[in-house]
Amino acid sequence: MSDRVRVDLAAHRRVRPRPGAHDELVEQTPMGDALVRELMRVQLGLALRLAAVVAVALGGLPLLFSLWPAGTHVAVAGMPLPWLLLGVVSFPFLAGAGLVYTRLAERNEADFAALVGRPAERVTGSELSPQ
Amino acid sequence: MNAYALFAIATVTVATVAIGAWGIRLVRGTSDLLVASRMVSPTQNAAAIGGEYLSAASFLGVAGLILAYGAQMLWYPVGFAAGYLALLLFVAAPLRRSGAFTLPDFCEARLASPRLRRLATAFVLFIGWFYLLPQLQGAGLTFRIVTGAPSWVGVVLVGAVVTGNVAFGGMRSATYVQAFQYWLKLTAIAVPAFFLLARWNDDGRPAIPVDDAWLAPAGGMVATYSLILATFLGTMGLPHVLARFYTNPDGGSARRTTTIVLGLVGLFYLFPTVYGVLGRVYTPELATGRNDTVVLLLPAAALGPGLAADVLGALVAAGAFAAFLSTSNGLLTSVAGVLANDVLGRGRLAGWGPLPLFRAAALFAGAVPTGLALAVHGLNVSQVVGLAFAVAASSFCPMLVLGIWWRGLTAAGAAAGILAGGGSAVVAVLWTIFLPPAPGLAADLLAQPAAWTVPLAFAVMVSVSLATRRRVPGAVGAMLLRLHAPETLHSPETQRRSETSRL
Repeated sequence: MSDRVRVDLAAHRRVRPRPGAHDELVEQTPMGDALVRELMRVQLGLALRLAAVVAVALGGLPLLFSLWPAGTHVAVAGMPLPWLLLGVVSFPFLAGAGLVYTRLAERNEADFAALVGRPAERVTGSELSPQ
Repeated sequence: MNAYALFAIATVTVATVAIGAWGIRLVRGTSDLLVASRMVSPTQNAAAIGGEYLSAASFLGVAGLILAYGAQMLWYPVGFAAGYLALLLFVAAPLRRSGAFTLPDFCEARLASPRLRRLATAFVLFIGWFYLLPQLQGAGLTFRIVTGAPSWVGVVLVGAVVTGNVAFGGMRSATYVQAFQYWLKLTAIAVPAFFLLARWNDDGRPAIPVDDAWLAPAGGMVATYSLILATFLGTMGLPHVLARFYTNPDGGSARRTTTIVLGLVGLFYLFPTVYGVLGRVYTPELATGRNDTVVLLLPAAALGPGLAADVLGALVAAGAFAAFLSTSNGLLTSVAGVLANDVLGRGRLAGWGPLPLFRAAALFAGAVPTGLALAVHGLNVSQVVGLAFAVAASSFCPMLVLGIWWRGLTAAGAAAGILAGGGSAVVAVLWTIFLPPAPGLAADLLAQPAAWTVPLAFAVMVSVSLATRRRVPGAVGAMLLRLHAPETLHSPETQRRSETSRL
């Protein structure tokens, strides 16, 4: 596996799409395989980073307030702090994380599509079917 | 007995049945869902997903738990919402691109193993039935409060209505019915909440009786983190969630729809807390009683007898019934579909046509949870739903995440992981519901099993896959390309397949 081809998804911003890259993709050549691996690596990295942010921000709260019990009595905007954070702030926070992820994931896919280019001609789908 | 509430419940039920019966002419199967998907906007589709997702647990259970146990129970609504974020980050777009309509479909498409498919079927049935059980119990409870009739009448009534609706009405209520149910539920929980807050303000803001344990955001650390794991990771493994995703035309729109769902679900979850907190003032006796009745009883208790209390009481009762009907409809359709396709269709009834088969499956699928709901009493609806989440998080979550992101997964690994993690969670759930509580820490580990069953499932799935790595499916590269590459790059043949086939 050490001779795996390396690909840079953002390269299309500097160079023209690789001619024939789409054919390599659907024909599962080493180059096509490397393209898919790179797309998965970038998308998984993005998902894991956002998941880590949410896990620390929300998952840290029980620990935080068990180490700092006085914090449960701190009132912000008329509400005890844990109630404000969990009962109100967490929901827009989660939606915001979702919005950021969707934007960045779509950009990764656009990079990938631009790098690969459109199919030069109609290709048969036999290699893509899951059998 | 509140005549307005009875009228409101009857209206919601009749409307759901009528539209279901009418919908049969519109929706007959997956291809019609696809047709619908091109006519429905992402916002409406997201509202439909939210409408099917917000169940009795969200509408009644969450407020009751907050009333009784305080801030540590805020993890239920936060987790129910965060589950959609985990779904978005790790599975939404690839799952839609897989073309799978059910979880067993995905198992077979990804790992090409009929035996794994059968195991997945068994887990779909278990999770589906344990999710239906609290919906029907909630229906019995609501019916008793509104009419004074015994609980079993409401259980049988809603069980029969939903079963009949699925069996004889249509394969699935049209998307816009579910979308309407979301807006109805949001209105039904939000409008009375504003009246209750105004009342509390007019009363001179009476102090809310609190103590340290009620204010703190965590009880036992193990139980809290276990609940977080179960709800964050369980959503993606619920049977009715995946089927709804099929109404997205492609992976990108599945992602955008899920983002809107996060917003809509989060908006809803701002309100149950209001009932839980004000319940401390106006219905303190429920904290030690049937706490999941607080949403239904609080308007009358806070506003006093009169027209306003009756109308708001009717509104929350209608919202609660919308919750039972929409969630049960979605769940029962998914369970009956899997039962017809993977169990009855392969057995003695194999010669039946698809529609009679589906009807027989729906009748059986509806009878099981109705019987369970009559036999089991006294559990909070959110807690039972939390157990279903724990099983989903320990079985389908690892299978989906590893299947989508790791080419090394094998059918043997997936099956072993589902059996070890999901099987342990099932044992813990059955113990919690049917046996006396275990002593000490074991009680926590059984009542909230996800903290150990989720890591167990992942560990077994990875290690057995590594041990059987020669059995990695040969076409895994092509499958992963299909899951991760945008549809515009798929060959025309693949695009056609992912749109029309159920694999």
